[in-house]
Amino acid sequence: MDFPGLFNYWIVIALMMIGFYIVISQGNLVKKIFGLNIFQVSVFVFYISMGKVEGGTAPILAPGFATYTNPIPSVLILTAIVVGVATMAVGLALVVRIRDAFGSIEDDEIAKLEGDVT
Amino acid sequence: MISVHQPILQIVLPLMAAPICVILRNAFAGWLLALLVTGGAFVASLILLVHVVNEGPVSYAIGGWPPPWGIEYRVDGLSAFVLVTVAAIGFLSMIFARRSVEAEVAADRGYLFYTMYLLCFTGLMGIPVTGDAFNLFVFLEISSLSSYVLISLGTDRRALTAAFRYLIMGTLGATFYVLGIGLLYMVTGTLNIADLAARVPEMTHIRTVQMALAFLTVGLGLKLALFPLHLWLPNAYAFAPTVVTVFLAATATKVAVYALIRIAYTMFGGPTMFAVMPIDEVLVGFGLLSMIVGALAAVWQTNVKRLLAFSSISQIGYMVLGLGLADVTGLAGAVVHIFNHAMIKAILFMAVGCIIFRIGSADLRDIRGFAKPMPITAACVVVGGLSLVGAPLTLGFITKWLLLQGALDRNWWWVAVVIVAASLLALVYVWRLIAAAYLHPPSERVAAVREAPAPMLLALVALTVATVVIAIDGSLIGDFAVVTAKQLLGSGE
Repeated sequence: MDFPGLFNYWIVIALMMIGFYIVISQGNLVKKIFGLNIFQVSVFVFYISMGKVEGGTAPILAPGFATYTNPIPSVLILTAIVVGVATMAVGLALVVRIRDAFGSIEDDEIAKLEGDVT
Repeated sequence: MISVHQPILQIVLPLMAAPICVILRNAFAGWLLALLVTGGAFVASLILLVHVVNEGPVSYAIGGWPPPWGIEYRVDGLSAFVLVTVAAIGFLSMIFARRSVEAEVAADRGYLFYTMYLLCFTGLMGIPVTGDAFNLFVFLEISSLSSYVLISLGTDRRALTAAFRYLIMGTLGATFYVLGIGLLYMVTGTLNIADLAARVPEMTHIRTVQMALAFLTVGLGLKLALFPLHLWLPNAYAFAPTVVTVFLAATATKVAVYALIRIAYTMFGGPTMFAVMPIDEVLVGFGLLSMIVGALAAVWQTNVKRLLAFSSISQIGYMVLGLGLADVTGLAGAVVHIFNHAMIKAILFMAVGCIIFRIGSADLRDIRGFAKPMPITAACVVVGGLSLVGAPLTLGFITKWLLLQGALDRNWWWVAVVIVAASLLALVYVWRLIAAAYLHPPSERVAAVREAPAPMLLALVALTVATVVIAIDGSLIGDFAVVTAKQLLGSGE
């Protein structure tokens, strides 16, 4: 198999693990949101990679081209990108409100202020 | 006879009403609109259920694109059943909502509350009817994103952090779900659930398909708060405005259970898949853990809302257990329990809403003796509590009977022992609630309050009477569940 091979999928796994690790390890709420976003982006790359047909062009009917890339995964990911943007917006808005209410965006400091939370 | 467009009606109505609600900029008008729309959706879904039970599944091609190319909405017995449950709770919560929202949500945000409520309702109504696996994800996220906002509207500042944690865990779950669907699409090239159901069971030996089921199960496990993925739930339910807790506790996790049944049984062919990859045993294991851990945690809570939230985790365990038993009785138990638990939790959280509205606290020590000034609320707590424990003549008894039978059919007597143990633990925490109501003399603060306002009581009593009436002739819902379970298992053969 030549160079690209499964390269995209290794990128997907790497991005996914980086994002997931940031969500778990970072105490800063904004960084958590960005980690979550990287995690979601890895799935976007996954979908777009699987739709690619080797030697295929953009899926537009034109004379002289018979092989097209599958457009459906890309379209699905447009939807997922919108969901991702919405999630990020709601998440960051919540961080703003949390800062107003607690005066901090660090997980451990907030936990102290919250008291009895398990 | 129903209209061709009936299956999409109960989705489009609330979706269209939500932006109108923003334009109205008035809490009362917003409430009225939400009440009308949820009421309309309830009637429409009832008509649909009757039609489906009598004449078989309905299929609707959105935009006229025939499935499997276009998005299909497909309503069969199970989806119509879940649809009616969600719509009924959504409607009754709206009858209950007005005074409670006025008391617990800032006045200038009232109309936004109803907007978000309608969007959340749209999402939860969409999941049962859709016949497209990716569309299911979209509805899942419509309902989840709006529920993060709804939870953050609670008065306690801890509502914000609870919503944030739910957002993180919920999004991880949804992303796992998308990944699972992507893996399935790679192998089959289709997203239509009926189409997948025809192809996937023959591909169970392929590693990609097995990974897809693993991702989908974990993703939905996060959404339905299966132990150990339940950490977001207790605070989210405890600090959200009570109406939100009533609605989400009764419907959101149940709809996720529905999605898991759909995926494990309809899409993957149930037992055929389990023979290759024993997800059923994994689900039984975590279901049992959920039952015990949730009930144990509930026993120690002093805040009634948190107590009921942990009880929800325990009850989710019963449903997942029934799902994992993978035979007709076990699966029927899970289906009955979806309805049963939706009713019970709506009753109990509405009762807590009444208590908070009058007494201003949900702490067991503050509400001692509330049965004296609020006899009707207390009576509803007793009925709901008995059903939660599974006392005979309640819906809870039917569930537990079916689950016990399912466990014994598979010769797993130790599962039966755990079911009984979890029910005894449920008896302990329900008893604490009932003891607080009846066995203590009311303090001066409690004695001075009155019974809850009429609309709140109306919703509460209507639900309570409905559970009692349905439980009296339990064979009706029991038979329906057995037929549904047979259909689900039949599709895998």
